Amino acid sequence: MGWVRRLRGTFSGGEVDFDEERRFHIDQRTDEYVRSGMGQEEARRMALKRFGNATLVKERTQDVDMFRWIHDVGRDTRYAFRMLRRSPGFSLLAILCLTLGIGANAAVFSWIEGILLRPYPLVVDQDRLFAVTGTNRGAPGNTDVSWPDWLDLQRNSTLVEAFIGEKITGTTLSVGDRAERASGSMVSANYFDAIGVRPMLGRGFERGEDSGRNAHPVTVISYQMWQDRFHGDPSVIGKTQVLSGLPHTIVGVTPKGFYGTFVGYAFQFWVPASMQSQFDAGVYKLEDRGARWIEGYVRLKPGVTIEQAQAEMSSIAARLEGDYPETNRGRGVRLFPLWQTPFNNAGALLPTLGIALVVVLSVLLIACANVGNLLLVRAFARQQEMTIRLSVGAGRGRLVKQLMTEGLMLSAIAAAGGLVVANWLRDALALLTPPRGGVLLRLPGELDWRVLALSAGVCLVSTLLFGLVPAMLTSNIDLASALRSQSGGVVGARSRAWVRSTLVLVQMSLSFVLLVGAGLLIQSLQAVRNASPGFSTQGVLTTGVDLFTAGYDAQRAKNFQDELIDRLQALGGVESAALSRMTPFSYRSYSTAPIAVDGYDAPPDQQPTADFNEIGPQFLATMGIPLVSGREFTRADNDTAPLVAVVDETMAAQFWRGVDPIGRRVQVKGRWMQIVGVARNAKYRNLLETPKPFFYVALRQNFSATTALQIRTAQGPAALAPSLVREIHALDANVAPSELITMREQVERTTAAQRISVTILVVFGGLAVVLAAIGLYGVMASTVSQSSRELALRMALGAGASDLLGLVLSKGLALTVGGLVLGLVVALQVTRLLGYLLYKVSPRDPIAFGLAFVVITVASLVACFVPAWRATRTDPLRALRG
Amino acid sequence: MLRRHKKRDALQGTLDLLVLKTLSRGPHHGYGIAADIQSISDDILRVEEGSLYPALHRMEHLGWITAEWRTTTNNRRARLYSLTRAGQKRLDEEQVTWDRLTKAVGKVLRFA
Repeated sequence: MGWVRRLRGTFSGGEVDFDEERRFHIDQRTDEYVRSGMGQEEARRMALKRFGNATLVKERTQDVDMFRWIHDVGRDTRYAFRMLRRSPGFSLLAILCLTLGIGANAAVFSWIEGILLRPYPLVVDQDRLFAVTGTNRGAPGNTDVSWPDWLDLQRNSTLVEAFIGEKITGTTLSVGDRAERASGSMVSANYFDAIGVRPMLGRGFERGEDSGRNAHPVTVISYQMWQDRFHGDPSVIGKTQVLSGLPHTIVGVTPKGFYGTFVGYAFQFWVPASMQSQFDAGVYKLEDRGARWIEGYVRLKPGVTIEQAQAEMSSIAARLEGDYPETNRGRGVRLFPLWQTPFNNAGALLPTLGIALVVVLSVLLIACANVGNLLLVRAFARQQEMTIRLSVGAGRGRLVKQLMTEGLMLSAIAAAGGLVVANWLRDALALLTPPRGGVLLRLPGELDWRVLALSAGVCLVSTLLFGLVPAMLTSNIDLASALRSQSGGVVGARSRAWVRSTLVLVQMSLSFVLLVGAGLLIQSLQAVRNASPGFSTQGVLTTGVDLFTAGYDAQRAKNFQDELIDRLQALGGVESAALSRMTPFSYRSYSTAPIAVDGYDAPPDQQPTADFNEIGPQFLATMGIPLVSGREFTRADNDTAPLVAVVDETMAAQFWRGVDPIGRRVQVKGRWMQIVGVARNAKYRNLLETPKPFFYVALRQNFSATTALQIRTAQGPAALAPSLVREIHALDANVAPSELITMREQVERTTAAQRISVTILVVFGGLAVVLAAIGLYGVMASTVSQSSRELALRMALGAGASDLLGLVLSKGLALTVGGLVLGLVVALQVTRLLGYLLYKVSPRDPIAFGLAFVVITVASLVACFVPAWRATRTDPLRALRG
Repeated sequence: MLRRHKKRDALQGTLDLLVLKTLSRGPHHGYGIAADIQSISDDILRVEEGSLYPALHRMEHLGWITAEWRTTTNNRRARLYSLTRAGQKRLDEEQVTWDRLTKAVGKVLRFA
């Protein structure tokens, strides 16, 4: 137990104490021997000898002291508990503040851990995993990689341990007579080996299963799917499951708790990349170096940095560019840390989680300042008690320990509560994010030991912040001055008041910054919602009809599509209906192709590319996208007619530079198309995208059996859905449409990141203001009660109630103004960090700043008024006598 | 853990009694207590330092005595122990017990 003793010794100075006591004893004994006639030397030796084994005596003495120390801790704890119970209001308030602060922090830590840092349960060595995407020279953003390029990167790389290719996909599963979407992934054959996940039943994929067109219809299914669809049947291996219209043999079941490697989704099945065309409506891309569709991860060899790996990838990409100029011109490869993964929800949530972290840390700071202030008020109120205890000989160390025990007790209770809060909040992000395409998002918090350790750290630091400050102040009590009356202070002139004022100042400024942020994001969200996407969001519904999966060949699908449109347009209340391969703002990707235009020469190292949508007749009219000139497609633009295209304004401006492009031609994937119309610019993926060239081709001439269906009608989805299903079932009872929603809903679903940020900032900004107001109230209330003598004197000398009201209010408002000025300076610096979340709102927007200013001022006035009013009720006689 | 320390053998009880009795005449430091006991008992009782200091700290922890640092007349810092109210009560009890014990032992010795 030696270390305990040393530890205790450092706390109480017991070792030093005893050494001094022993020295005194020996000196006295020596003197005694000298008096009886011994020489000094001998007397000392005899005294030492008589005392015996000094270390042994010391140990035995200190053993006794150690029990006292343990006893003290117990007594402090009991005492602290009694103090907390004696003022339940104070304790509840303090614990509530801290619970919210610590809980919010633990929740955000758990999100960051579960979404950004270690997003993939059961996957090994995630710290060496990096995301891989393609790039286009001269164009911002990221693309996917073609399969042949992927294989070449893999073959030529020396620094990468494994290439883990995958592409999110989906299928419709029939559940009784209901259709249900399930998300899954097309993966390279090494997938399960490379991520270190061993199927709990059967096997993963085998070498070579990712090559050959649709050559290996095998699948590994998730534990969830095994339970839900196969009721945990142990002999499921070898059975078949229809996925995307084709029976697949089940070869494996993943272990419980594995959800795949795509932030946001819990995958239900995996198929080898060889099945790509089956899941891409029949378009075969495995041997097409121009088709970029695969993305994924690399696991670097131990000790390799991302910079080294990036350099190697870039040099391989440059070689490929030289070898295959017609497909690879301008193409590169880029690595990202997992938490910046651009192709899943990690990248989208990164700024949101960053903001959340800053916000909850601020709230915790404010909460700590509050609890510190509350403890200080009580410490001063107990000043006379403390002073008396000091003067009768209580060690200052004991007093500090006593106050620390109280702080630690508060924060320990709050930390326990905080973890409960964090546990509730684990799935909050998924709840704030609406499902897309019928598949629920999975954005879990992860309460692992790292999160627990970090939360415990936060708890300790906050204890130090709010426990130690009052403890230090109290232990510095100047006995002489403290024994004078408690209420003898002067308003605003107490020597220690500056600490509490500083705390309030910091609280005020932090709340101001949070409020400004909330104001900015609210306005931004409003602007996003009001922004015109360039198509109608009112009166247009969208759904999906997947004939490819239903097993239709092209000719049957074309007949079905024509008949469906005819039937829908004949319905009462339907203005028009149109098919397209994609509906705008979908989570899926548009087709993209290298293009060429007569008379337009791109820089030699760049390959112009543009995204396009395959649309049916009346699509633009149905969507409400106006034509600038020309016409849109009609039924006459069919398989046998000349190829046609409609370009948007951005594309027209970039490639034809002000000349009307109608009648000109554009080459898409080697096929020349005549331009028949120019459409007004619209947003295609989300409201915040920057305009890029975009064009439309005729669905009939670029056929897809998997389509989105847009319907212009005044009816709501609920009213129209039954007729839609009836018309589709009249054509084929086995085909079911996917979820029918308004275009407004479709657009709203892309603003999840903004909405999460707004929710977090508004909730915590509000909380911060309330906490700060409580802090201000506490300071003012105790200032008034501690200055009652001065106030009484002023009254006795003729000051009226309004004078006293003014005195206290002005003192409180001075703090507020200080906080506002500090907050203003900070806010002007930090609101820029909101970055892309701010849409059409300046980071220095005067409305947001003004609103925050008003809210803080009103809250301060309310917080100051009660103590100020109490000041006017001071009874001069009693106060002066006291 | 603390309970164990309340159990005392007779010898330790005797030391406690001597220390408490000495302190009942006023505050004293460890050396002074030992010296007093020795001189009053005409050098018959010699208190071992190895027992005295653990006993002092133990009794302090039990609340029978308190200690504080004071400066002595020759300007040395000494740890002065003094009797508390609880200690006084303890002393009275111990004294009764001791009287009964010695009386009993005396009877036995006379009878034999």
